[in-house]
Amino acid sequence: MAQTAEQTVGEGTAAASELTEIEHAEQAHGPLEQFEIKALTGAEGDQLQFYHFTNSSLFMVIGLALVAGILLLGMRRGHLVPTRLQSVAEISYEFIANMIRDNVGHEGRKYFPFIFTLFMFVFAGNMLGMLPYSFTYTSHIVVTFAMAAVVFIGVTAIGFAKHGLHFFSFFLPAGVPVFLAPLLIPIEVLSYFTRPVSLALRLFANMTAGHTMLKVFAGFIAPLGIVGGIVPLALVAGLTGLELIIAFLQAYVFTILSCVYLNDALHLH
Amino acid sequence: MEVEAAKLIGAGLAVVGLGGVGAGIGNIFSSMIASGARNPAAIPTVQGFMWIGFALVEAVALYALLIALLLLFVF
Repeated sequence: MAQTAEQTVGEGTAAASELTEIEHAEQAHGPLEQFEIKALTGAEGDQLQFYHFTNSSLFMVIGLALVAGILLLGMRRGHLVPTRLQSVAEISYEFIANMIRDNVGHEGRKYFPFIFTLFMFVFAGNMLGMLPYSFTYTSHIVVTFAMAAVVFIGVTAIGFAKHGLHFFSFFLPAGVPVFLAPLLIPIEVLSYFTRPVSLALRLFANMTAGHTMLKVFAGFIAPLGIVGGIVPLALVAGLTGLELIIAFLQAYVFTILSCVYLNDALHLH
Repeated sequence: MEVEAAKLIGAGLAVVGLGGVGAGIGNIFSSMIASGARNPAAIPTVQGFMWIGFALVEAVALYALLIALLLLFVF
C-alpha cells in the first residue's frame, strides 16, 4: 500500500492514480475495476487514445439505439388508441413536456428537444449500468461534467441573449438593502458558479457510490458460504432495488434542475 | 505519522458529515408524512418536491463520500 501511495503522489490525474491502484489491487475483482475504460479496438496493451472505440462509447451507442428505437418504432404508426410501445413513447414525451411547462413556462417549449435528450441520455445511461457486466457511462465525471457544462454555458448564453447586460441584475434580488449588496453579490455569483459542479458531482457520485457499494457487498457473498451468504445476498437484492430507483431519480433531478436554471435565466427570479 | 495512516483517519473523519444528512432526509420524509396525514389531497403536489429534496440531500452525503475516496485514492 505504501509503494502505491508513493507512486500515486507522482502522478497528477485521478484517472492515472486510479488505474495504478487497480493494477496493484486484486486483479479483476476489486470494486473499482468496473469503472475502468477499456479500448475495444486497437492492439492489446496500447495506450488509450482519443480515437479508440471504448466500452464507454459502446454503451452510449447502445443507449442511443435503445431510446431512438423505442421512440421511432413506437410512433411508427400513430394509432389514436396507442399500442403499448406507443404508450411508452407518449408517456415519456408527456412527462418531460409537463416538467418543462411547470418549471419553465410557455417560453420553455422551444427547449424541449434539448431537455428531452438530456433526460433520456442520463436515464438510459443509469439504467444500462444496472445490467450485470455492463458499464455505466454516467459514472465518469468527464461525462457528467460535460453535460453540466453544456447546460450551464447554454443557460447563461440564453440569459445574456434574452436580457443583455440586465442579466446581471439576477445576482441582486429585489428588495435587498443597498448596504448588503457588497456581501450578497459575491455569494450569489459563487453559488451560481457552483451549479454545474453540483449538477455533475451529484450524478457522478450517486452512480459511482451505488455501483461500488453493490460490488463490495456482492464480494462478501461467496466467501461466507451458503448459509452465511444469505445476508449479503438479501442486502445486494435490496440495494439493487434502491439503485433502480436512484437511477430514475437522478435522471429526473438532473433534468428538473436544468429546467430550474433555464427558468432562472429566462425569467430572472 | 505516516501518510497512509493520516489518509485513513481523514477518510474516517470525512464520513462524520453523514449525521447531518440522516437528520435532513428524516426531516423531509417526516414533514411529507405529517402533511399527507393532515391533507391527503395534497400528497400528489408535495410528492414531486419530496423526491427532489431527497435527491439534493443525498447528494451532500455523496459529496462526503467523494472527499473520503479522494483522500484515500488520489492523495
